[in-house]
Amino acid sequence: MNNQRRNVLKTGTGAAVLGALAAAGIIKPGIALAEWNKAAFEAKSMADTLKALGAAQPTDSKEVQVTGPDIAENGAVVPVGVTSAIPGTTLMAILIEKNPNALAASFTLPAGTEANVQTRVKMGQTSNIYALVKAGDKFFVATKEIKVTLGGCGG
Amino acid sequence: MSMNRREFLQVLAVAAAGGMSLHSELALAEKGAGKLYDLPKFGNVSLLHITDCHAQLNPIYFREPSVNLGFGDQFGKVPHLVGDKLLKHFGFKPNSIEAHAYTYLNFEKAAETYGKVGGFAHLATLVKRMKARNPGALLLDGGDTWQGSGTALWTNAQDMVDACKALGVNVMTLHWEATYGEARVKEIEEKDFAGVVDIVAQNVKTADFGDPVFKPYVIKNMNGVPVAIVGQAFPYTPIANPRWQVPNWSYGIQEENMQAVVDEARAKGAQVVVVLSHNGMDVDLKMASRVRGIDAIMGGHTHDGMPAPVVVKNAGGQTLVTNAGSNGKYLGVLDFDVKNGKIAGYRYKLLPVFANLLPADPAMQALIDKVRAPYLGKLNEQLAISEGTLYRRGNFNGTFDQVIVDALIKEKDAEIAFSPGFRWGTSLLPGQPILMEHVLDQTAITYPWTTVSNMSGEMIKTVLEDVCDNLFNPDPYYQQGGDMVRVGGLQYTCDPTAKAGQRISNMMLRGQLIDPARTYKVAGWAPVSEEAKDAGEPIWELVARYLRDVKTLKPVQLNMPKLKGADGNPGIAL
Repeated sequence: MNNQRRNVLKTGTGAAVLGALAAAGIIKPGIALAEWNKAAFEAKSMADTLKALGAAQPTDSKEVQVTGPDIAENGAVVPVGVTSAIPGTTLMAILIEKNPNALAASFTLPAGTEANVQTRVKMGQTSNIYALVKAGDKFFVATKEIKVTLGGCGG
Repeated sequence: MSMNRREFLQVLAVAAAGGMSLHSELALAEKGAGKLYDLPKFGNVSLLHITDCHAQLNPIYFREPSVNLGFGDQFGKVPHLVGDKLLKHFGFKPNSIEAHAYTYLNFEKAAETYGKVGGFAHLATLVKRMKARNPGALLLDGGDTWQGSGTALWTNAQDMVDACKALGVNVMTLHWEATYGEARVKEIEEKDFAGVVDIVAQNVKTADFGDPVFKPYVIKNMNGVPVAIVGQAFPYTPIANPRWQVPNWSYGIQEENMQAVVDEARAKGAQVVVVLSHNGMDVDLKMASRVRGIDAIMGGHTHDGMPAPVVVKNAGGQTLVTNAGSNGKYLGVLDFDVKNGKIAGYRYKLLPVFANLLPADPAMQALIDKVRAPYLGKLNEQLAISEGTLYRRGNFNGTFDQVIVDALIKEKDAEIAFSPGFRWGTSLLPGQPILMEHVLDQTAITYPWTTVSNMSGEMIKTVLEDVCDNLFNPDPYYQQGGDMVRVGGLQYTCDPTAKAGQRISNMMLRGQLIDPARTYKVAGWAPVSEEAKDAGEPIWELVARYLRDVKTLKPVQLNMPKLKGADGNPGIAL
């Protein structure tokens, strides 16, 4: 276990470190906000969300990988990741079919960024999740089912 | 061999008093029992495997399931075979000692003939023999070792920790162990087990940064051959058991990390890679088909006492998948012949531990007697006499669970009762007294509280559907390896082949269909949410009170759902 890293964050110096990174231009807080797509995040269904993102009919792609648990340990914080091996990936989005608003996250990638993102999403029930990737003017998609269960009764 | 243990020992005592060699007399007796334990030496690598003993230090009875259904890709395949179908598949004769060891067939009579199974003192004797046969042999413990008895609970797992050290366990992985809390597991790893037993689990990480909590694997040198043992803890521990007991640990199957760990072990020179797994057999079979470079997955969790390995082909070659049952009933022995860095052959045998055929190891027996001594008064309290057979194992219900849900309904004045689909718990024969110890064998957990809740008919259906999907989801990676929640009061129809959310129908209470909008009084136990801590008295106290009142327990009527889609399935015999 990396206790040094954990302690740095616990003692609060972590904030200073992150501040320094931001100051050095390594983390740019403005990047994510710049491309906020209100219509897409407020859309209810998968179809409306895809339309709002301009991705009505994305192509299934093995170059896109969506990672996450098969069964969520806690539906409130489900770790989900997306990677894309498609050159020129500029946007990566995570959609959860059965959530009240399908779009959970959208990442805009500046040129030269490794197309690999990790985040935590909230899920109310078992659902397919979709990783949507934009490269050039084309959209690609991969999917995985994540089960949300009541728990208990095991083995 | 119809001698009971006492008669057996008397024969030995007479033999000894008469000046005969104790050893030769013992050998003769064993010869009569069919040379069960004469295993010719094979190869240079030998792995001994115990799993899911559920803290049963003394010999017990254990009835194998008559309902262990598989559907889709799992239909009719190992481990989803019961009774005659299992005998036929593995080539055993009906009414043989093997038929009793691996199936429920003729259970009561055969149990009387062959006596109790398991017990650490008897297991210790067998382990010693197997280690004498191949002095480098490693003893692997697949987990679910520290939970399942009154003494394990009351000693905070110390009885099992000491017994495992005395037994000579080298490497272990985890499931129920975690229900003693993170701090206790780490304390045992760092103090009791330091330099003696390695806890391995590639799939347990810290919830914050994903750092490893345990060693992912160890490499042991056996007769000059480097052998890697990779750990796979039960992937759904924080879901099937209370999250609050392991708040900082994250699990999951973590197949990609498994591949990385296997590759790393190979790169470090391991010539044999074995995964010590608590996935459950269906998950192990799927993992074996997808991960390359594993020679064998020695599994547990689903309590499948499978006499032979399943050979799974994959992109890297082939992987053997074994499962070694439960309750201390078996010792798995896997031998590899490694020549020039490559496996040239293997042998596997799942040895049943018959207490009458293996003398108790005196040192282990003394340890067991010592740890139990302070608790004997409590453990030996006779609560009732059982007229029927009591057992738990089966996909939908067992007679001991029926007693638990009957007790919950009566003592809580509830309309419906739920009891978790646990697969551990020992069996009792007709006419045997039900002791407090036996009730604890079915209930001793660290979150034993009883609950009463008002649930809508709709919520009841949601619960049944949710648990049913954990058992019958066609993809093993979405299964949790327990059985269906046991239900008292309520009748229902179950179609395991239907889609998730559509398997349960026709829910009836006292001849009336359940109304989705109405509220019902539902009793249960083993709540996983932290808010339900200390909700009500521990389940064993409730069941004990019920049994004291009953005094003589008539054979219970099993509340089984009406099954659809299970006709002709070799995983069921009713």
